[in-house]
Amino acid sequence: MMYYSRLRLLGVVGVCLIGLLLCLPNFMRAPTPSLPWRQIHLGLDLRGGSYLLLQLDLKSLEHDRLQSLQDQARQTLLDKSLGYRDFQKDDQTASLSFEPRSDEERASALKTMQDLPVVVPNEFHVAEANGRIVLTLQHDAMLARARDAVAQSIEIVRRRIDATGAIDPSIAREGDDRIVVELPGVSDPERIKTLLGTTARLTFRLLAPNPSVASPGSTMLEDISTHSQVAVQDHVDVDGTDLTNAGAVIDQQSGGWAVTFQLNSAGATAFANTTRANVGKRFAIVLDDKVIEAPNIINPITAGSGQITGGFDAHSASDLALLLRAGALPAPLAVIEQRTIGPSLGAASIHAGIISLGVGFLLVVVFMVLFYGRFGLYADIALFANLILMVAILSLFQATLTLPGMAGMLLTLGMAVDANILINERIREEVKRGRGPLQALQAGFERATSTIVDSNATAFLAHVMLFVFGTGPVRNFALTITIGIVTTLFTTLLLSRFLVVRWYALARPKELPV
Amino acid sequence: MLSRPLLRFVRDDRRINFMRGRHMGLIVSAVLSIASVILFFQPGLKLGLDFRGGIIVEAQTPGAADFGKLRSALEKAGIHPDAVQAFGSPRDVRISINAPDGTDREAQTQKLVDGVKTAISAAEPGTQVLRADAVGASVSSELFRDGLLALGFSLAMILAYIWIRFEREFAISAVVTLILDLTKTVGFLAITRFEFDLVMVAALLTILGYSTNDKVVVYDRIRENLRKYRTMPLRELLDLSINETLNRTLGTSMTVFLAALPLALFGGSTLTGFATVMLFGIVVGTSSSIFIAAPLLLLMGEKRLRKGGSAPEAE
Repeated sequence: MMYYSRLRLLGVVGVCLIGLLLCLPNFMRAPTPSLPWRQIHLGLDLRGGSYLLLQLDLKSLEHDRLQSLQDQARQTLLDKSLGYRDFQKDDQTASLSFEPRSDEERASALKTMQDLPVVVPNEFHVAEANGRIVLTLQHDAMLARARDAVAQSIEIVRRRIDATGAIDPSIAREGDDRIVVELPGVSDPERIKTLLGTTARLTFRLLAPNPSVASPGSTMLEDISTHSQVAVQDHVDVDGTDLTNAGAVIDQQSGGWAVTFQLNSAGATAFANTTRANVGKRFAIVLDDKVIEAPNIINPITAGSGQITGGFDAHSASDLALLLRAGALPAPLAVIEQRTIGPSLGAASIHAGIISLGVGFLLVVVFMVLFYGRFGLYADIALFANLILMVAILSLFQATLTLPGMAGMLLTLGMAVDANILINERIREEVKRGRGPLQALQAGFERATSTIVDSNATAFLAHVMLFVFGTGPVRNFALTITIGIVTTLFTTLLLSRFLVVRWYALARPKELPV
Repeated sequence: MLSRPLLRFVRDDRRINFMRGRHMGLIVSAVLSIASVILFFQPGLKLGLDFRGGIIVEAQTPGAADFGKLRSALEKAGIHPDAVQAFGSPRDVRISINAPDGTDREAQTQKLVDGVKTAISAAEPGTQVLRADAVGASVSSELFRDGLLALGFSLAMILAYIWIRFEREFAISAVVTLILDLTKTVGFLAITRFEFDLVMVAALLTILGYSTNDKVVVYDRIRENLRKYRTMPLRELLDLSINETLNRTLGTSMTVFLAALPLALFGGSTLTGFATVMLFGIVVGTSSSIFIAAPLLLLMGEKRLRKGGSAPEAE
């Protein structure tokens, strides 16, 4: 207890020096770019910026899949010359059902349905009920699809945000169906919210034979160029996934803004086939269930490129081009939580945090010297090392520091000296009982240790729980306190004890300064 | 200067008879806690944005804020704020709106926050938005659930720890004391009308952890003295233990108090409430370590605490 081996001494001093080194990147630039320069990230509440929590619309994902499964099923039955009656789609139960034309075809219709290609394993279940063949989407498979969809959405969200020029955005999954977007420095997130809130699913579909009434296989959609309703076929001829490029241009004829697009070869072929077969008819350019325009097909379009003119201005044309280039979201995203901190408030918070940390630190330091003399001074040195080590660990993990996190650091410092106080009081008692300096020191250290470990263990457990179950600001608070408890054990049980032992070995005092 | 400490809370040979005031202490504590529980139900806690959902926009106008003008600008835009109030300087305005009802309320919440920003910057050009938060109803109920879960699990962990480390009588007294501490803090929250949000949950937990820590130290000493002085009457022994740890109890309370004090003074709107509640909790936790935790042990009875060794032994 009173003897520090050379190795242990080197260890304690070494850790403190490494800690000091790890703190440096927070205060200066990297001298050469090749150095691993790890810094603490300031939270949005300190640097200003926006936090958005987005939720993927699972229901719509399910509806879309049901629609495409219906198209697929009908087409396959047609291709195999199998007849069906009364084909129904039920969004509530996520199922499709139909009646085979005859009992002879029942078995092969069933087989055909079971052999339909799936996107994920066990995607749907095929059964027979009341003479009908029923396909039901499976919940687990839909969840698996949702996870894929979230991963896909993160990619698209990233592309869209990068295109706006936002600096250093962070985009991460949260839970099964949510995405957290953090935009440092963006104090007006409205444009980004609009961009993320748009699914940007572009489809090219033919108008129903009679565009003024909905018929089976078509849906009434709003035409935003004429502000009227038109019936558009549900079958999608070409969709936005076949786009390779899009851009905003000024239309040569009208002088207004337009969006040009370029299709890949598969899209170009499909587009050419559809337009060739339907010359003279109208087709609709549909963006997220709104018809942008519905022109007549005058000539077959074979080059795989085209132009959308739908009353754009410079802004909306370039936003649409951006969205088309970044790709469509697999399902709509809704913003369910938004937190924005303006730059001036962020700066004020940093200021408040640093002032509090400085004043709090100073108060504790002065208190310790006044109440515990020389050993109080040693506790203060350990306290400073504690602060350095906390900053070092946060830097090492490139953790985020928020205002509650700074509060956590300060409270850690307040609690950290508790160990020193316990030891000192213990030593003092031993001295009062008439023990010599060496015995008193030894007994004080030994007896206080179990109490110190006890009290820190309870705090540690409580804050680990807080970290696991907490969200946002609470997590950061719990993180700094948890790290603080570990550094506290190190600085009080090893460093400040080492300082006391060192002093005793050099001074050999007859009396202890307690 | 460093050869001796300059200050001391209590002289080492001072023996304060805390046990004499034990009935008084317990009664005062019980009354305060019961009052706090009543306050918890009526008027209740003021829920923060995290837990109630809705919108808060804080803005700074170029001149002194004209609340009437801002309010009518919002009304004109079809927005009916629940409160337009001052905070901080006379240029600072806080506009709060409760979560809208009905269908599609998540989307509506998000639209509202943009509407508020547009309306106030049109009414007062040059207005700076300091903060704009919008929390949807589904998110707020989840945050509330997570907050309570965090509180519940940490409490359970603390209890389990004390249960394992100490005998049953100690654990029960500690739990009762902690519940008394916690209820008073909740009552303080209800009186001061500080908003109860996620950060406040963290404050409650920190107080709990800190208070536990304090009790562990006193109980540790009691347990040690029970083994050391086998014949000393329990009442005397408890007094001795409290007195022996008094300088430590006050010292640590003081350092934590000193650390939290600047947060309450300079911490800004986010931390002032948090730190003030912390300060209150520190005072409550410290006094309960002295006046409540040990007297409860006395109520538990001497026999049960000394069941380990009955043979009197002189040290």
